[in-house]
Amino acid sequence: MTSRTTESGAGAPLLSLRGVNKSFGAVHVLKDAGIDAWAGKVTALVGDNGAGKSTLVKGIAGIYAFDNGDYRFDGRSVHVTNPKQSAALGIEVVYQDLALCDNLDVVQNMFLGREMRTGLTLDETTMERRAAETLAGLSVRTLKSVRQKVSSLSGGQRQTVAIAKSVLWNSKLVILDEPTAALGVAQTEQVLNLVRRLADNGLAVVLITHNMNDVMRVADSIAALYLGRTAAQVDARTVNTTQIVELITAGYSGDIGLPPSVAKEAVA
Amino acid sequence: MTVTAAAPAPDIEEDENSVSSAFRAYINRLRGGDVGSLPAVLGFVALVILFSVLRPDTFASSRNAANLLVQATPVIFIAMGLVFVLLLGEIDLGAGYTAGTSAAVMGVLMTNHGVGWPVAVAACIATGLVIGLTVGLLVARLNIPSFVVTLASFLGLQGVLLLIIGEGGTISITSPVIIGIMNNNLSPLMGWLLFAVVVLGYAANLLWTASARRRAGLPVASSAILVAKVLALAIPLGAATYLLNLERAVNPLIKSLRGIPIVVPFTLVFLLALTFLASRTAFGRHVYAVGGNTEAARRAGINVPSIKIMCFIIGSIMAAVAGILFASYNNSVSPTTGGSSTLLYAVGAAVIGGTSLFGGKGRVVDAILGGLVVAVIQNGLPLITQKAGIQLIVTGLVLLLAASVDAISRRRSAATGR
Repeated sequence: MTSRTTESGAGAPLLSLRGVNKSFGAVHVLKDAGIDAWAGKVTALVGDNGAGKSTLVKGIAGIYAFDNGDYRFDGRSVHVTNPKQSAALGIEVVYQDLALCDNLDVVQNMFLGREMRTGLTLDETTMERRAAETLAGLSVRTLKSVRQKVSSLSGGQRQTVAIAKSVLWNSKLVILDEPTAALGVAQTEQVLNLVRRLADNGLAVVLITHNMNDVMRVADSIAALYLGRTAAQVDARTVNTTQIVELITAGYSGDIGLPPSVAKEAVA
Repeated sequence: MTVTAAAPAPDIEEDENSVSSAFRAYINRLRGGDVGSLPAVLGFVALVILFSVLRPDTFASSRNAANLLVQATPVIFIAMGLVFVLLLGEIDLGAGYTAGTSAAVMGVLMTNHGVGWPVAVAACIATGLVIGLTVGLLVARLNIPSFVVTLASFLGLQGVLLLIIGEGGTISITSPVIIGIMNNNLSPLMGWLLFAVVVLGYAANLLWTASARRRAGLPVASSAILVAKVLALAIPLGAATYLLNLERAVNPLIKSLRGIPIVVPFTLVFLLALTFLASRTAFGRHVYAVGGNTEAARRAGINVPSIKIMCFIIGSIMAAVAGILFASYNNSVSPTTGGSSTLLYAVGAAVIGGTSLFGGKGRVVDAILGGLVVAVIQNGLPLITQKAGIQLIVTGLVLLLAASVDAISRRRSAATGR
């Protein structure tokens, strides 16, 4: 990998991908890409449309397997080929279109598909208590009741529910796909605060986004993809917005990023 | 978390649980488009009052009340099963002839082959199961729209029914057990006992839920609300029990006729079992999830095809039971059993009760409330006009009204973000 990592004193990453490749037929989408994510840190995954962000995330989640490359989780080399395996590792993905049922309430959505039961019947009280505890643990105060139907929630509240759902299962790594894309200013603020708290609670967070403001607000580390390659993964404190934009659009910025020759070759 | 109820925000807790705020919340829900079964309840009351005023002697008699209940049950049974199919956002147009075909299987086995009623009933249920499984497989595995699959089963089963019975023929049912379901009554004492069991059971269930929530430190509705709920059930049920326990024979000296029809507790058993399935089990939760957002359900790891297949099986089994009720009521099975407008009445019952045709919304008890409205119309209109044309038009309009209420409430919920 040609990226330069300027992380210091972060310890071993929880998730570490190196030299990952993925092709769909003749299209080589990921070319020796890589990313690190640390527990307690927000890692922003940035890149232009078609840079391979979604492919990388879907590979991590096991929606499809990488062709080759090194996938290490919690220090062990793992082979993830379906979503159940990634869920078993403690990886949860919050997709952009949220996947919530409007006709069910917050508790029902958070436990959907993994309902707790006593014998044959659903254990509603335990589920409601755990949902409330999880939301309280994330300092979510925007929900009036956990028995509200999701259809009555705002976009930001829905995002909150979707994120809270992902941390309910002792997950270690939460991947958020454009969580603020459709939100207003105040709601974006709520969601970004929540993203920060996830990391502060000790989870590793990977945040896919287009929004430089979001990146500068919450990210500890920034991984920039450029045409399927990792241009660089840098400490967020050491770069400014202009440099990130250059990494996204050109693959390099000054002395960080891909060597200019590689970056140009990638275009051709 | 354990002290939430006591410490942090007592004013909010109180506010959420007091009777007046619960009432306000309910009004807000209504205005937000979540009308539930209110139209059915209001419609039922309005129609009963209307017909009673217009025909005080014929409609408003305890004999007619018992008749109405009994007439309503087969359609209610089909509708209770249809609720599961409608919750998915699917439809089963063949449910009526599923009832007819299953009943014909039972009738032929008993009458033509001398099979005992338990075996014949089992065969009837099995027929429903096979039909449901077939339709379910075609819809869930081949992804054929349920409208087309069940339109085919509507036509096909009509033919099967004709072949089983033979053109123009009828199969008479003589088994006293089968005939008894729709024709026998509980003794007045048993009726009051049933009333007590239902009301006390409902109250016990509410109290048990409340105490479990209190133990878990979750907000609990105030006891005034619990009392109101129990009374809301006890008063109409008590009145109905009293009414049905009155003597309603034309000449009581020859044969006394009083008490709650046996089919009422029979219906209650199915109501409780299906409500339990829909609201207290993971399966039921998954049915609502599939109806609400199939993609979300799939991503949550729910096996969507098997949920769909199960719902069609439940629908068809309930239709088969309805077939037994038809056979019992008519003492026979004919090629028209479960035919003509039976299915439309059943869909109407579910929709009038508050089940959405768009999926994801509805309860099993809706089928009963809606079924009673349909039965009142079916029963009351002929007492007012003999013209079949007018009766059909009015029934059609009521159905249309119910579907409009559903559509408007959906639009309102979309507008208010509910």
